[in-house]
Amino acid sequence: MNYLIGAFKPSCNISITFSDAKTRKQVPFKKENGQTVMLPLFQSQENIYGKISVEPVPGKKVEHNGIKVELLGQIEMYFDRGNFYDFTSLVRELDIPGEIYEKKTFPFEFSKVEMPYETYNGVNVRLRYVLKVTISRGYAGSIVEYQDFVVRNYSPPPPINNSIKMEVGIEDCLHIEFEYNKSKYHLKDIIIGKIYFLLVRIKIKNMDLEIRRRESTGSGANTHVETETLAKFELMDGAPVRGESIPIRLFLSPYELTPTHKNINNKFSVKYYLNLVLVDEEDRRYFKQQEITIYRLEENSSVPS
Amino acid sequence: MMADGHEDEEKWLAAGIAGLQQNAFYMHRALDSNNLRDALKYSAQMLSELRTSKLSPHKYYELYMRAFDELRKLEMFFKEEARRGCSVIDLYELVQHAGNILPRLYLLCTVGSVYIKSKEAPAKDVLKDLVEMCRGIQHPVRGLFLRSYLSQVSRDKLPDIGSEYEGDADTVTDAVEFVLQNFTEMNKLWVRMQHQGPAREKEKREKERSELRDLVGKNLHVLGQIEGVDLEMYKETVLPRVLEQVVNCKDEIAQFYLMDCIIQVFPDEYHLQTLDILLGACPQLQPSVDIKTVLSQLMERLSNYAASSTEVLPEFLQVEAFSKLSNAIGKVIEAQVDMPTVGVVTLYSSLLKFTLHVHPDRLDYADQVLGACVKKLAGKGKIEDNKATKQIVALLSAPLDKYNDIVTALKLSNYPHVMEYLDNETNKVMATVIIQSIMKNKTQISTAEKVEALFELIKGLIKDLDGTPDDEVDEDDFKEEQNSVARLIQMLCNDDPEEMFKIICTVRKHVLTGGPKRLLFTVPPLVFSSLKLVRQLQGQDENPFGDDTTTPKKIFQLLNQTIEALSSIPAPDLALRLYLQCAEAANDCELEPVAYEFFTQAYILYEEEISDSKAQVTALHLIIGTLQRMHVFGVENRDTLTHKATGYSAKLLKKPDQCRAVYACAHLFWVDDQENMKDGERVLICLKRALRIANAAQQMSNAARGSTGSSTLFVEILNKYLYFFEKGNPQITVASIQSLIELITNEMQSESTTPDPATDAFFASTLRYIQFQKQKGGAVGEKYEPIKA
Repeated sequence: MNYLIGAFKPSCNISITFSDAKTRKQVPFKKENGQTVMLPLFQSQENIYGKISVEPVPGKKVEHNGIKVELLGQIEMYFDRGNFYDFTSLVRELDIPGEIYEKKTFPFEFSKVEMPYETYNGVNVRLRYVLKVTISRGYAGSIVEYQDFVVRNYSPPPPINNSIKMEVGIEDCLHIEFEYNKSKYHLKDIIIGKIYFLLVRIKIKNMDLEIRRRESTGSGANTHVETETLAKFELMDGAPVRGESIPIRLFLSPYELTPTHKNINNKFSVKYYLNLVLVDEEDRRYFKQQEITIYRLEENSSVPS
Repeated sequence: MMADGHEDEEKWLAAGIAGLQQNAFYMHRALDSNNLRDALKYSAQMLSELRTSKLSPHKYYELYMRAFDELRKLEMFFKEEARRGCSVIDLYELVQHAGNILPRLYLLCTVGSVYIKSKEAPAKDVLKDLVEMCRGIQHPVRGLFLRSYLSQVSRDKLPDIGSEYEGDADTVTDAVEFVLQNFTEMNKLWVRMQHQGPAREKEKREKERSELRDLVGKNLHVLGQIEGVDLEMYKETVLPRVLEQVVNCKDEIAQFYLMDCIIQVFPDEYHLQTLDILLGACPQLQPSVDIKTVLSQLMERLSNYAASSTEVLPEFLQVEAFSKLSNAIGKVIEAQVDMPTVGVVTLYSSLLKFTLHVHPDRLDYADQVLGACVKKLAGKGKIEDNKATKQIVALLSAPLDKYNDIVTALKLSNYPHVMEYLDNETNKVMATVIIQSIMKNKTQISTAEKVEALFELIKGLIKDLDGTPDDEVDEDDFKEEQNSVARLIQMLCNDDPEEMFKIICTVRKHVLTGGPKRLLFTVPPLVFSSLKLVRQLQGQDENPFGDDTTTPKKIFQLLNQTIEALSSIPAPDLALRLYLQCAEAANDCELEPVAYEFFTQAYILYEEEISDSKAQVTALHLIIGTLQRMHVFGVENRDTLTHKATGYSAKLLKKPDQCRAVYACAHLFWVDDQENMKDGERVLICLKRALRIANAAQQMSNAARGSTGSSTLFVEILNKYLYFFEKGNPQITVASIQSLIELITNEMQSESTTPDPATDAFFASTLRYIQFQKQKGGAVGEKYEPIKA
């Protein structure tokens, strides 16, 4: 549909502006084509309002069967590209069928919009929010304009946030005890912890802490899991001996993380794991993976540590 | 293969330097344009070169130093950033985003240094964080260098007393804690090196480790320089913690090096006050640690400290330094079962030097040391190890050097016991040392008791130990040794004759055990020493104390027996001389029978033992000479002896010898200042007999060789004639002299005589003498007047 517009030059320009555009925070957003653009940022329960203006190309008129604006929350699976699943869909009629000769501006408002999910751009799936303006025309096809915006939802610090502590090992070969100070981290958090070597009979070369993102899409037999390593952080260089304890301090801020998403609309989940990897001199890897929860904390709220 | 490895290493180093320089270049560019992001990026890349495992510590150090220089520039930049308002805390976080740990930690330390300087956080917190985070490097070489970097950048930022980084209360503790922790971790890494890699590269590894040791030791240096470490803190915290690490690491190289470091780095005063703790650690070290060197150095330092000022001496007493050291040594030896003897002895040797320096007045301490040493040596038998014996010599020489006085050393009851453990050879060396000490210091050893002890010490020189004569001894060495013993015997003296006699008896007892080879050297000084005593007594009158006291008679009896000992060698020539010496001394003491006895012995020797004709001549002249001086003999005895002597003279093998002996005998009948011993007739008989023999000698020579020998004998006889003539022997007439002169003149003009310039000159000067006496005038001139020459 879109390419038709391209081919036949649209007979009018549609622009969508938010009323609070000047004051609203903008965040970078990577588009499908790889370009990064700045988009306004909203969160759930906010009022989304603004103006839509339709300006016909001079000397032309736009004949239509009605103009509407929709607020859509969509999930797109990449194996099923182009097919959007709308989990949120709100509509406002802007104009009754008629003709437009000159620029015409319509205000719109969506109040207290429920946007439970965050904007997400994954490997196999994306979740986006968009304002869609449609000028319906009978014969020539509708004229459609989109305006993406980003939604982020903040969580309060979790009331219970236990540390992760675990003893693992390979019998008579390697026994370690590791501890991460929390199981739930916010996006700018610091992972503090330590690894305690109880028994070392292998020649370890180094030890890394990886942050892995597991994105699973679909359900049942069609479940598709994609794992990415977002961070590879060297914790130790060289071979420790029994009794050594190695500190962990990993700042999460440099990495492009998202909050953990659990079963978003039965379509996908995003989970994070800390993967502790020990590599021996023969490049064999010994690892232990632990799930952590990542949440988004209001920027200026303080975290109880 | 080795060469290849070396070349490869050079290559890797070159590559590392190139990589480092390239990134440093980009880093500089970023610094110049104030681009923090890039600066961090390139500095991290630059530091990544230090992640290599391919370089030996030596080469790695080269790389490290270059990185170090670059990091200084980065630090300057960070400082600038901080000054421009960039938050140091943010910087501190920012550098921790680096993915690789080694660059991350180098950067962290660098920013940490700026952080402390900025005083935005207490120094102790930053330091604590840094030293904790560095745990991430478990690779020994990389860890050591990283921590060394940390130590370097933090050195001037410790929250020491008086430092600008000093915090509220007790921050020295934090400074100390920091250094101690870094030290502990570094030592662990250093020790770990020993256990990594294949066993066959052990030697290489040990070399590499020794190259790295100063990195570890530097921490102790830093501790030593912290102002706030006072004795209290040193005692309660620093030393126990350091020692804990030293003991627990169970590594030979580390223990030795670190103990040495502790001793060198901290003040002597501290050592003295913490001897218990320091010494307590010693027995816990590995058995292979060269603990003797460690303890020796400690004792040497303490000795020097004691020597530095007398004011510190009370401290030594107060802490009972000696007994503590002594105990510790005992324990160490017990703990290190396999310690070689040389170690044991070295320890005691050091302890002895210590006590001699610190407690010169406590001879009992020195004796205790020796006693303890003997105990430890017990059951080991003679010590064969060359090094060990050298140490024993050092041990035993120490008191001699200190007191310059063997007498003091003789008071050490354990001294001889130690010597017992020396092998024969070293025993001799030690004995020589003792003698030399006596010589050098001209020590007087003045009681028999001390002499007894001394000879016990030097018995290696006095007799063959174990009864087996050592055939290997070099002749010259042997002479040297025995000469020194002889000199020693001469040194022993006491003005009290009683004591001196005892000394002589003691010496004699020892000397006589020496065997034939030594007696030659030792009997003469003994004899002369005894004679000296005789001379001393001879001046005194009757001894008021009766028979028990020393009399010349007693001494002579002893001498007789002593000289007799020489017969076993045999050494008749020597014995004869000594008998004659004794005879002369007896003569001076007016002891006729004794003198006679000595002469008898001398004659017996002459008759029975001296068979060589030359020896006979010499002996005979000695006999004649001595006999001539004797005045103690009654007529009968004297006659017997002179008769014998003249008899011997006539029986000499060669005519000229006979002749000379006979005219010498003439003197036996003419003793100048004794009127009753002027028998002119018998003098003349002797001279005539000499003439006859001279004549016979000449004829024999004529018969045998076709030419008469020289007229020397005649000239000699002429001189005798002139002597007795001058002395007033009435039997010597002018006529007889005159005819003798003519005889000689004829002889000399005779064609058959072989011309002999020496004889001519002799004769000419004899004639000149006559002429001279004539011209003298007076009684003598008158007497000579009739002689025509």
